[in-house]
Amino acid sequence: MSAPVIQISSLSRRFGEKNAVDHLTLDVQPGEIFGFLGHNGAGKTTTVRLLNGVLEPTSGQACVLGLDPQTEGPAVRAQTGVLTETPSLDERLTARDNLSIYADLYNVPQANVTGRVNSLLTEFELADRADDKVGGYSKGMKQRLALARALLHRPKVLFLDEPTAALDPVAARHVHTLVEDLARREGCTVFLCTHNLVEAQKLCDRVAVMEHGRLVALGTPSDLTRQYVKRLDVDLEVDPVQMDWALQILQELHQLVIRPPKREKELLTMTLPGRESIPELLSILVEMGLRVYRLAPQEANLEEVYFALNGGTQ
Amino acid sequence: MNTRAIQAIVRKDLKVAVQNKGVVLPMIILPLILFVAFPWIMAYAPSWTNAAGTSLSNMDELLARMPSGLLNELSGYTRDQQMIVFALVYMLAPMFLIMPLMVASVFAADSFAGEKERKTLEALLYTPTTDRELFTAKLLGAWVTAVAVALLGFIVYAVMVNAAGWHSIGQIFFPNWMWVALVLWVTPAVAGLGLVVMVFVSVRAQGFQDAYQTGGLVVLPVLALMIGQISGVMYFSLGVVLLVGLVIWLLDIVLLWFASKSFRRGELMTKL
Repeated sequence: MSAPVIQISSLSRRFGEKNAVDHLTLDVQPGEIFGFLGHNGAGKTTTVRLLNGVLEPTSGQACVLGLDPQTEGPAVRAQTGVLTETPSLDERLTARDNLSIYADLYNVPQANVTGRVNSLLTEFELADRADDKVGGYSKGMKQRLALARALLHRPKVLFLDEPTAALDPVAARHVHTLVEDLARREGCTVFLCTHNLVEAQKLCDRVAVMEHGRLVALGTPSDLTRQYVKRLDVDLEVDPVQMDWALQILQELHQLVIRPPKREKELLTMTLPGRESIPELLSILVEMGLRVYRLAPQEANLEEVYFALNGGTQ
Repeated sequence: MNTRAIQAIVRKDLKVAVQNKGVVLPMIILPLILFVAFPWIMAYAPSWTNAAGTSLSNMDELLARMPSGLLNELSGYTRDQQMIVFALVYMLAPMFLIMPLMVASVFAADSFAGEKERKTLEALLYTPTTDRELFTAKLLGAWVTAVAVALLGFIVYAVMVNAAGWHSIGQIFFPNWMWVALVLWVTPAVAGLGLVVMVFVSVRAQGFQDAYQTGGLVVLPVLALMIGQISGVMYFSLGVVLLVGLVIWLLDIVLLWFASKSFRRGELMTKL
């Protein structure tokens, strides 16, 4: 296993009395899409700032690409790209100017600047408005331009802070595809700060859940759902003529069915205490003479993990 | 120092600033008044007052209060010529310093506080530039612009003064050595002072207007010099100009040292 791209050890940052990041410890592996989840004020943006050496920690250490962000900030930032929560674009300038200026700041070889800028403008579908002032762009266009800017110098680590917050579903899917391509094809490590749990579930290899600056869960989405989601939603399909009878039976199984069953067209949906309850439920239904066509557990998702964690800590 | 990055920031700041009416309008209006209108008004003021039948006794009183050094410098001229030379060469000298001071302040306000207001600073802080490069670039853009505008203004003023005074004086009488020292020695220092003051002000300011209004107080010393000259307490001789320049340069160095110490990414980031 190669060395982690990001190593964080007991990293803390205080603002007055408030712990924005509180003894955070985690690693991010090369080429990984790492989800950093938490609601507003959980410490996501502060962590990104600490990892890029634009904010000093109160205590603890961080190492990005083998470098210390505090003492080697410029070297770290030369290899990272950051999409900030607000696009942070110069709206009085054109898209082309915005990219060209940052190409110089990121030291993109002079001979490649025009080509790189044009290729990103085309890739992000901004070429036909490249010479318009950014102030006239839609939110989605601004977000795409900001993302293009973050990729100008082909960073090894890409920090994305709510990258799809302002985007419509089509543009969001475009960003998802791009992030996956960057990680899977080009080996770019992606540190994705989001509170979009569907996005995290879809894209991330591992996720960390933050709350009030503290890490409350870390693992793959499936590990976390197994660990934190203690109940299971299942769909039951029986012979249509037996639907009412099945509903009546299920309503009497209080020990097994912890949330009242609901009828949805040809299906009955209910909640069980866990996966281990499935065989018992199935045998009861069969013994009662029901013809069971299907008993399918619904996969738990990060949303349930998130709310389970919040419910547990609040 | 990464000069390419510095140039990129200077380019960016200039491109952004020239699209701000709050920056551009004062840079057009003030020079038009000071360097174009003022020479013609002052050059023809003696003939207007004579035509109106008013005496020049007020002017006599003013000149009577002036230090002997200035009276010596004016001794070769007639009374009407003295009034023109006094107004255009000596009285306007401290006022000229308002130009670099204002341009530097307005550019720095747009570059520091304006960038914070427009929420564009964060992306800049994430670039591989060092704090020193960022600080240098931010100062350099505003300083070079202020000095360039002042130099251009000086050339325009020189042409206007000689053209406007020709009917009365009949020869090129401007600039003298005091003005050369004022433009080449004091102007860059004054521009630096406006800048550094604005750096301190911008840290606390909410935006461009806020910074510009607070930082505008830096013109007070220049107004004091002007009042000092009109009241006859002092006059802008070559020696005074060199001394004033030296004091401002020293002040610049001290303030710049403190400003550079306080200009740190982490501090800026926490104030976004």
